[in-house]
Amino acid sequence: MTEPNSDSGNTPREASATRAHTVRSYADLTGEVESKIVEQIGEQHARLVSRLSEVGAIIVIASGKGGVGKSAVTANLAVALATRGARVGAVDADLNGPSLGKMLGFLGNQLEDRPDGVVPAVGVAGVKGISTDLLIEEGVPLRWKGPDHDQFVWQGVTEAVALREFISDVVWGAIDYLIIDLPPGTDKIGRFLDLVSEVGPSHLQPDQVLLVTIPSEVAGAVVARSATQLLEGGVPCIGLIGNMAGYAQPGRDDLLPLFTGPSAGDIADRVGLELWSEIPFDPVFGSRTDNGDPIGTEGDSIVAQVFTDLAERVEHGPGGREEEK
Amino acid sequence: MKFLCVQCDEVMSFSDRDLPGDGTITALFSCGACGREMAMLTNPMETQLVTSLGVEIGGRTVPEQPLQQTRSRLDAPRDDAFADEEASLAGDPGSSSTIPATEHEFVRIRVTWTSEATDRLAGVPKFVRGMVKRIYTEYAQEKQIEVITPDVMDRARSDLGLEGM
Repeated sequence: MTEPNSDSGNTPREASATRAHTVRSYADLTGEVESKIVEQIGEQHARLVSRLSEVGAIIVIASGKGGVGKSAVTANLAVALATRGARVGAVDADLNGPSLGKMLGFLGNQLEDRPDGVVPAVGVAGVKGISTDLLIEEGVPLRWKGPDHDQFVWQGVTEAVALREFISDVVWGAIDYLIIDLPPGTDKIGRFLDLVSEVGPSHLQPDQVLLVTIPSEVAGAVVARSATQLLEGGVPCIGLIGNMAGYAQPGRDDLLPLFTGPSAGDIADRVGLELWSEIPFDPVFGSRTDNGDPIGTEGDSIVAQVFTDLAERVEHGPGGREEEK
Repeated sequence: MKFLCVQCDEVMSFSDRDLPGDGTITALFSCGACGREMAMLTNPMETQLVTSLGVEIGGRTVPEQPLQQTRSRLDAPRDDAFADEEASLAGDPGSSSTIPATEHEFVRIRVTWTSEATDRLAGVPKFVRGMVKRIYTEYAQEKQIEVITPDVMDRARSDLGLEGM
């Protein structure tokens, strides 16, 4: 049994409760908050705003579905735009499955510290890039320091911070396009929109989002979810890219089908998006991209023509160099 | 989060922080009126949740290094990911600082490092070494100290509250 407090006649628990009522609450306290957490996060956002102020347009390459060729589209579009005279940066936001370093030919390059940020690697056609490829040993999976248990609790936040730093702490300089290659997962699209939309009163959005699909029922269903998320997020310009849209036969204009699923055009109609490009499967395109030598606009292949048209479309789209105001 | 000294009705001030290296944080707070101290001890999960945000408990005392959160949290970083700063540190104790001019009103002087100071700096983890070098150099500039020695580094740590660097 609890003894009464000798002074007041209250039990210790009652005395404690009485004292708690007299203690000022957080809202009653004035003066500086020691850690200034809000200010620290505000500074992070300010860095992001400052860095993006030199970027002409943010182009996001996404899908939601894995294995549809987002990174190959990113690398070739980046090279196509750069070849046409644009200043291009590329962020490999697929932290756990980086591939842009290899595809853009800057794997193994060293980054350089400067007071105003990290100087990015430079790859094919002068495309600047950042990727976890550059920060971890080849063949080693991405692992973060932290408690071994319940990693899911903090890992998402850690990776969001890393992506923010990839954008805000890299000396991109004045560039026309910053292309963000998002990883698979519809949640990643939402996370990225949150990241950039929190940077200021302007409610920054990607200027253009290109959703990549293949002619498959499953891929189309996932892309539909991604499209819904983007439309709900108020992203104004979304184009659909149909990758692996058939097999390009040497010397012939028609394509052999690779999949029996709905075409990219059917998927575009279903999800209410405009089809921007259809990229045929071409082994040369695949192997050159894998070996750090993307075709971009080079040569007279169907794929090169597709990327020439796509680059032109991006240039005339929101934020593009040829955008008609 | 704030701590209130109930007896004095005073907000306790942050006074010190320690990172024992086991994933926890020890933060000391003291009451300016009665001098009573208390320690806030976080467990590894709480520490991780806070540090995942890229913020520092007790407030940031030095500017954030570019990619600091990413670089400091990678479990197996590539050793040669960044152009080696050793070239600018080792063997050039007589070289001057390349830190650009700031808004400070002092006259910028040529700052050099003794080999002992350079050796000591080499012991700082690589991912923050550049930042630490800049801090010491800026300190020397402000104090108009032309040669950075281990003693100057100690004074800077004390004056700037950089214990642990």
